[in-house]
Amino acid sequence: MYGDNTLGFPILSVVTLLPAVGALLIALIPKPATNAVRWTAVAVAGVDMLLMLLVLGSYTAGRPGFQLVERVEWARSLGLQYYLGVDGISILLYFLTALLSLVAVVYSFGNVEHRLKEYYAALLVLETGMLGVFVALDLVLFYVFFELTLIPMALLIAVWGHGRKMYSALKFFLYTFAGSLLMLAAIVSVYVQTSGQAGGPTLNYVDLVRQAPGWSSGFQTWMFWGFFFAFAVKMPLFPFHTWLPDAHVDAPTAGSVILAGVLLKMGGYGFLRWQIPLSPDASRQFAAVPITLSVIAILYGAYITLMQRDLKKLIAYSSVATMGFVVLGIFTFTTQGVQGALIQMVSHGLISGALFLGVGVIYERLHTREIAKLGGLATLMGPFAALFVILSLGNLGLPGLSAFVGEILVTVGAFIRNPLLAVPVYFYIVVSAAYMLWMVARVFYLGKPAGDHNLPPMNLWQETLPLAGLALLSVLIGVWATPFLQTMEPSVTGLLNYLGVPQDTGTAFTP
Amino acid sequence: METYLWLIPTLPLVAFLANFTLGSRLPHRVPALVGIASVLVSLLLSLLVFNEVRTHAEPYNQDLYTWIPSGSFQVSIGFYVDQLTSLMLLIVTSVSLLVHIYSTGYMHGDPGTYRFFAYLPLFTFSMLMLVLANNFLELYVFWEAVGLCSYLLVGFWYYKRSASDAAMKAFIVNRVGDFGFGLGVILLFTTFGTLAYVPVFERAPDVAEAMLFLITLLLFTGSMGKSAQWPLHTWLPDAMEGPTPVSALIHAATMVTAGVYLVARANPLYNEAAGTLTVIAVIGLVTALLGATIALVQNDIKRVMAYSTISQLGYMFFALGIGAYISAIFHLFTHAFFKALLFLGAGSVMHGVGGETDMRKMGGLRRYMPQTFITLVIGSAALAGVPPLAGFWSKDEILGLAFVGHHYLIYALGTLASFFTAFYITRLVALTFLGTPRFDTRKMHPHESPLSMTGPLWVLAALSVVTGALVGIPPEDGWIHHFLEPVFAAHGGEAAGEAAHGGGFTPETVVLMLVATGVSLLGILLGLAVYAWRVPALDPSRWATRLSGVYKMLYNKYYFDELYDALLVRPSRALGNMLWRFDAQVVDGIVNGTARTTAGTGGGLRRLQSGFVGNYALSIGVGVVALIAYLFFS
Repeated sequence: MYGDNTLGFPILSVVTLLPAVGALLIALIPKPATNAVRWTAVAVAGVDMLLMLLVLGSYTAGRPGFQLVERVEWARSLGLQYYLGVDGISILLYFLTALLSLVAVVYSFGNVEHRLKEYYAALLVLETGMLGVFVALDLVLFYVFFELTLIPMALLIAVWGHGRKMYSALKFFLYTFAGSLLMLAAIVSVYVQTSGQAGGPTLNYVDLVRQAPGWSSGFQTWMFWGFFFAFAVKMPLFPFHTWLPDAHVDAPTAGSVILAGVLLKMGGYGFLRWQIPLSPDASRQFAAVPITLSVIAILYGAYITLMQRDLKKLIAYSSVATMGFVVLGIFTFTTQGVQGALIQMVSHGLISGALFLGVGVIYERLHTREIAKLGGLATLMGPFAALFVILSLGNLGLPGLSAFVGEILVTVGAFIRNPLLAVPVYFYIVVSAAYMLWMVARVFYLGKPAGDHNLPPMNLWQETLPLAGLALLSVLIGVWATPFLQTMEPSVTGLLNYLGVPQDTGTAFTP
Repeated sequence: METYLWLIPTLPLVAFLANFTLGSRLPHRVPALVGIASVLVSLLLSLLVFNEVRTHAEPYNQDLYTWIPSGSFQVSIGFYVDQLTSLMLLIVTSVSLLVHIYSTGYMHGDPGTYRFFAYLPLFTFSMLMLVLANNFLELYVFWEAVGLCSYLLVGFWYYKRSASDAAMKAFIVNRVGDFGFGLGVILLFTTFGTLAYVPVFERAPDVAEAMLFLITLLLFTGSMGKSAQWPLHTWLPDAMEGPTPVSALIHAATMVTAGVYLVARANPLYNEAAGTLTVIAVIGLVTALLGATIALVQNDIKRVMAYSTISQLGYMFFALGIGAYISAIFHLFTHAFFKALLFLGAGSVMHGVGGETDMRKMGGLRRYMPQTFITLVIGSAALAGVPPLAGFWSKDEILGLAFVGHHYLIYALGTLASFFTAFYITRLVALTFLGTPRFDTRKMHPHESPLSMTGPLWVLAALSVVTGALVGIPPEDGWIHHFLEPVFAAHGGEAAGEAAHGGGFTPETVVLMLVATGVSLLGILLGLAVYAWRVPALDPSRWATRLSGVYKMLYNKYYFDELYDALLVRPSRALGNMLWRFDAQVVDGIVNGTARTTAGTGGGLRRLQSGFVGNYALSIGVGVVALIAYLFFS
């Protein structure tokens, strides 16, 4: 029943669905009991995180294929299955989701008053959606989880956001939903395609990867583009990125943390899990398109970031460049590129998640995100400044933090594919240093904040510990990437083998 | 060695972590003591390493752990120790120790002292790891790490606009160099299939020269950034915004020489790439002259020294360019001591006159701070190349090798630069210490610095006197040549320059030495005539007007900052601005336009907004239902 799971209970289902159950529980709590609502949310996210550690403990790194598999026939004749499992491509993102959700829930503890029950319910449903995306191995199940994240996120922006929150929420929703509709059409045609074959219609990953290489090039081309837009919008990849800065600027802090930290990764994950396996030949054939767009995204994003005058927008636009590395790495179809892309996703989740949290810390105290109105925070908030600057250095790719590992591996992969790709891409390190250090100087070093503000000290549990913890994880990956790379290695190798890309076996070069 | 080698970098790292996290809560002297203790022990351990390396010629290579394993891209963190490493370890730990001690006096009373004594050990750790690295990516990592420390320390007084800007400039200009360096490392990997020194050096002769030319040129871009070589030299003078002990340690003695170290370390690659060596020689020469000429007319005591450092690094590079690796390292070694001495001396002056750096407002300080005066004169003489001080032997060797290698142009221009050097450093001493005070003696009372500062000055002065003669006699055949020979000889290096020429006191070298001495003395005498004896015919202000074109050119540092601003900074900003507008109006415009069209009229958006939640819940529901319905009925 539970595959290789020796725990005796379906842990992936428990971890994935627990937050949604928590949301139901919260709905039952009477409205005035605000602290009960808060503590329930923290408890649910916390227990989920503990269970996540159990998942990590039960996971055997270095073994190919899916683990902790749960598979229930739903409707045999339809080929629908409830099918969950983790492998080297999903396990780190799965973990990241629980971690950042906990951070978001804990951070919100003292900062949210308005419609508290709905807020936490939305946050927890969102968590279930995201967790489900990373473990669903059936296309319909995947689609349901993928769409499930949309509503709570849009609500978080629309109800608890700032500024033009309606506009941003609507834009976020319509844009990503438009991408999803195309994917829905692609899923339907997969069903049609497989129903004609022996064994009946199927939508589960294992069966599909067995059949996909035999699909006609026309059908594969349709698969490639059908899935491409949904994930490209999600990443977001140039030129589908304009919803991101708006959504971030107007989202509440916890929403930004989740949006940057996890939601964007669903795009990168989607490429690796569904799009490429379902269109192996077409992916090789059309890889030049995402590669070109990602190279543009990196430099274009970086140069636009240079011009940003709003702290949150600056970090949002820098995400466009960073996520460009993810797409580039994936479509180089090299071991280094794909592993680099995965590291970059985790790294971006940690660093930008923490940076958005930091922006929240500033906003709570000074009620502005305009860089011109900030200043001198290094003197006023020393320990916070130290953490934020460390994370900023991580964001500009300083070695010793996780982003460097991702960027260097992606650049190596790009170089192997075509040396001329690596040259413009690597120029990113100059531009990223310029905008991050410019921001650091204006916000933390020079001058002082406009107006008279009282700056309460850092809150240990809600602010300091999450920031420090995320920074520490980033440093851990930065100085010792081995366990992370080894965890994803068999799955990445499997995928590249499946694509028939010449294997990089690790044997030494002989001139 | 294995048992204690790891402690050498680890101890300063621990000192950093302790001071960074707890320093603000410790009594104010404790962070300094923690720093000093850690570096002192590292120095002692480095002496042990030196002793072992002296007796065992074979390099020591150790992988500590695998850092990034990805397919064939396998990178470890490890140590590689040979004679060159051990010498660098000694330079770094000894200068660092003296600077730590000096800083207890210099930084006394600064509220950020604990931060200072956190960053200083962090730099020492990074620099030690840089020279200990056993592969190119590890080298790159700590190359960037020392750059970070430089950023943090230049911007130590971060609330000052000039300091903050200088820190940023240092980091970004270095990143331009690292852009090339990083690509070089990647090209190295795709060519050799590994980044570890040992196999790369072994296989270098089997790789096509054109490829090695490209690799070494890219690596050298990194050197140009880190070692402030033209055209990436502009950050170093601005970096003088940092506290002066930082300038001495990072921007004179150690970090800026990392570029020289990189070329010397990778000599098996450079030996196979004659084209790159020519490029290095030319850039080194241009930089040596550029720095020396600008230094002639600057009025800020630290900036004169900064340009002097740029110029002296240029000497090291053209030495490398003509294949005289050991002489370049020899000059790196002596320069580390006398230039650290000069900077710490300048710091002592600033300490005595309340932070003033403009030499036009000094003069006659000899009487107020005699110890600083004497030690600074010793350092200046060493820089000017007065025999038998340290700088004489190492500089003479470089020029001598250029001559015997028939690089007459290099010899001639190098000698010219050395004349300028003698002149500008004499000018500096004269303007600062000689003559009568040009400040208000009633308001300002210059004073000698405390023992914690003069002590390190005397130690460095002693080193500046003896190190050259001790390790460099006889010329081109001294102890340092025998000691470092295995590093370069193992790969056929040094052959071109030195092996053909036996070295020692031949008639030829003696004549060259006499010429060099004569040139130095001439520069010093002219400097004294102009600035100390005030010979009317040589009045500097008259010459400045008579040669106003040249003077303005030098005073404005050949306008490189302005040039880069116009050619690079502004266009970048304009490009960013253009793209941003394009993004808002075109890319996003299409998106919103599409949405508007889809929604019908312009008011459609508004209408959609109202029933927001329900609509979307509905639309997703419809989507899923449609799918399931389709599945059922198909």
